[in-house]
Amino acid sequence: MTEEQAVQFPHGADIGVRGTGATRAAAFAQAAAALAASVVEPATVSPIEVVSITCSAPDDRLLLCDWLNAVIYEMAVRRMVFRRFEVSLQGQSLEGRAWGEAIDPARHAPAVEPKGATMSGLKVAQARDGTWVAECIVDV
Amino acid sequence: MDRSRLRRVSPNEWRIDPLGAMRVPAVIFADAALIDGMDDKVAEQICNVACLPGIVEAAYALPDAHWGYGFPIGGVAAFDAAADGVICAGGVGFDISCGVRTLLTGLTRADIEPQKLALADSLFRQVPAGLGSRGKLDLEPAEMDAMLHGGAGWAVERGYGSAEDLPLVEEGGVMAGALASAVSDKAKTRQRQEMGTLGSGNHYLEVQEIVEVTDPAAAAVFGLRLGAIVVSIHCGSRGLGHQIATDYQREMAIAMPQLGITVPDLDLACAPIRSELGARYLGAMRAAINCALANRQIITELTRRVFKHYFPREKLDLLFDVSHNTCKQETHRVAGRARDLFVHRKGATRAFGPGHGELPPELWKVGQPVFIGGSMGTRSAIMMGIGDGEERAFASACHGAGRQLSRHQALKRWHGRQVVDDLAAAGVIIRSPSPRGVAEEAPGAYKDIGAVVEAAHAAGLARKVAMLAPVVCIKG
Repeated sequence: MTEEQAVQFPHGADIGVRGTGATRAAAFAQAAAALAASVVEPATVSPIEVVSITCSAPDDRLLLCDWLNAVIYEMAVRRMVFRRFEVSLQGQSLEGRAWGEAIDPARHAPAVEPKGATMSGLKVAQARDGTWVAECIVDV
Repeated sequence: MDRSRLRRVSPNEWRIDPLGAMRVPAVIFADAALIDGMDDKVAEQICNVACLPGIVEAAYALPDAHWGYGFPIGGVAAFDAAADGVICAGGVGFDISCGVRTLLTGLTRADIEPQKLALADSLFRQVPAGLGSRGKLDLEPAEMDAMLHGGAGWAVERGYGSAEDLPLVEEGGVMAGALASAVSDKAKTRQRQEMGTLGSGNHYLEVQEIVEVTDPAAAAVFGLRLGAIVVSIHCGSRGLGHQIATDYQREMAIAMPQLGITVPDLDLACAPIRSELGARYLGAMRAAINCALANRQIITELTRRVFKHYFPREKLDLLFDVSHNTCKQETHRVAGRARDLFVHRKGATRAFGPGHGELPPELWKVGQPVFIGGSMGTRSAIMMGIGDGEERAFASACHGAGRQLSRHQALKRWHGRQVVDDLAAAGVIIRSPSPRGVAEEAPGAYKDIGAVVEAAHAAGLARKVAMLAPVVCIKG
């Protein structure tokens, strides 16, 4: 069974986020988890509130960009930090849910404020072993 | 950076001649050591910029250039609308009109020292910083639109600072041509409670001591004295700018096939300046410039109020306010002919020389102040534009030291608490809601600012005036 992973990788002044999973949807969810972890240590976040997010795009790469930008937008306007994500995909339409809580700067000690998902390093692909990878550079 | 692709045309200028889809050469201003330390991606990205339609003369990378997205950070390119030139959201960046303003005081280090801790705590309490922080203003839609058209002038009308500040802000504090109607509701919602906030990452409010004056005549015009204290504020258009960039980059990426444009990197998604989409982005981007100018004006007033509490006679006059993520319509001479150009500066500061019509009369004798920001423990620099700087990179100079380590690498090497303690031992007080953020921004994560300043000076991009050392730093 493919292990789901949320990973950050170096990119100059910004941060790379990579999600992997058995499905495209799982990889998208894990990419968002990596994004959330670039902001706060996940263990400090209680997943007590859920936010629904929908988006659609002409192709997989733009859909990943839209999804991560939607998560960034919800973080900003709700002043929330997130820990866990679920995604379901129907073609190029995405329905997602994000669990987290209102930010408490003293407890969460947020590191950076994501500004937006960039398009240069966008990657949505399936490896030979069937694992899906969703990858993006986030400007912080 | 691999030097084999570069042709050295002077000690501080390297050229990549047009190859493949490049329409103009790529030029990198740096000394040999900075070139060797630059990522190869800088060359790749600046060559990609050279492929864009309507680009004029060359695509430039400045001494602090580093790997960005689309454009390198520290990239400059100008486009001619009449030659099907484009406007590129990624060539401005997410933090539209991020910039620095510096305030003058009559104080010395000796005046500040006894109050340093209390001053740091007060500034940290009064100037919202970090993720999730909110300003005291909550802008209703009509007021949001007024701010997007009024810039720093809007803030002054509401009691933040004085009208005397405005001539000392680029564009006189109000960017003409802003279109609030071109800004999405999402962008406005994101900004609603973010006016007067610093943000996070490399943004800061820093109390600094002038520790070196290299051009006494220019320093005198700027009001800089050796040993004096100044305050520098580095931030931008906050969530509004981030969302405008997000919205338009996506729209341009989707529209490009219909517009007949192909680019080597999707973060160079662009639209003709003379298209409906290009005009709309230009209007929205100009609105974001006004947001940034208003934001720094509000923070200026919050800072003045704190200083007034400790030093009642201090007014904190504004030296100047410069933006370093913009696209501005300017006239430049190219091959002896004046041309109307749209100059993209991403992580680059405008550096007009003496007598330029865009400068206020008090700066005509010298040139535009250029602020090059450090990182908590490192020095910052004040330079000035020079007359023949117009011939290089469309009167542009660098904006910071530029990172040498990624955030990831910095986190592995430093702990935030230790960085704060080490800097305190060195006399620099840091206040931040985020130890992890401090570690990611540790001074050692950045290049040697001295080398960047020397290269900019030697390349003729700008001239050294003074160096500043941090005393108190509020980090987001």
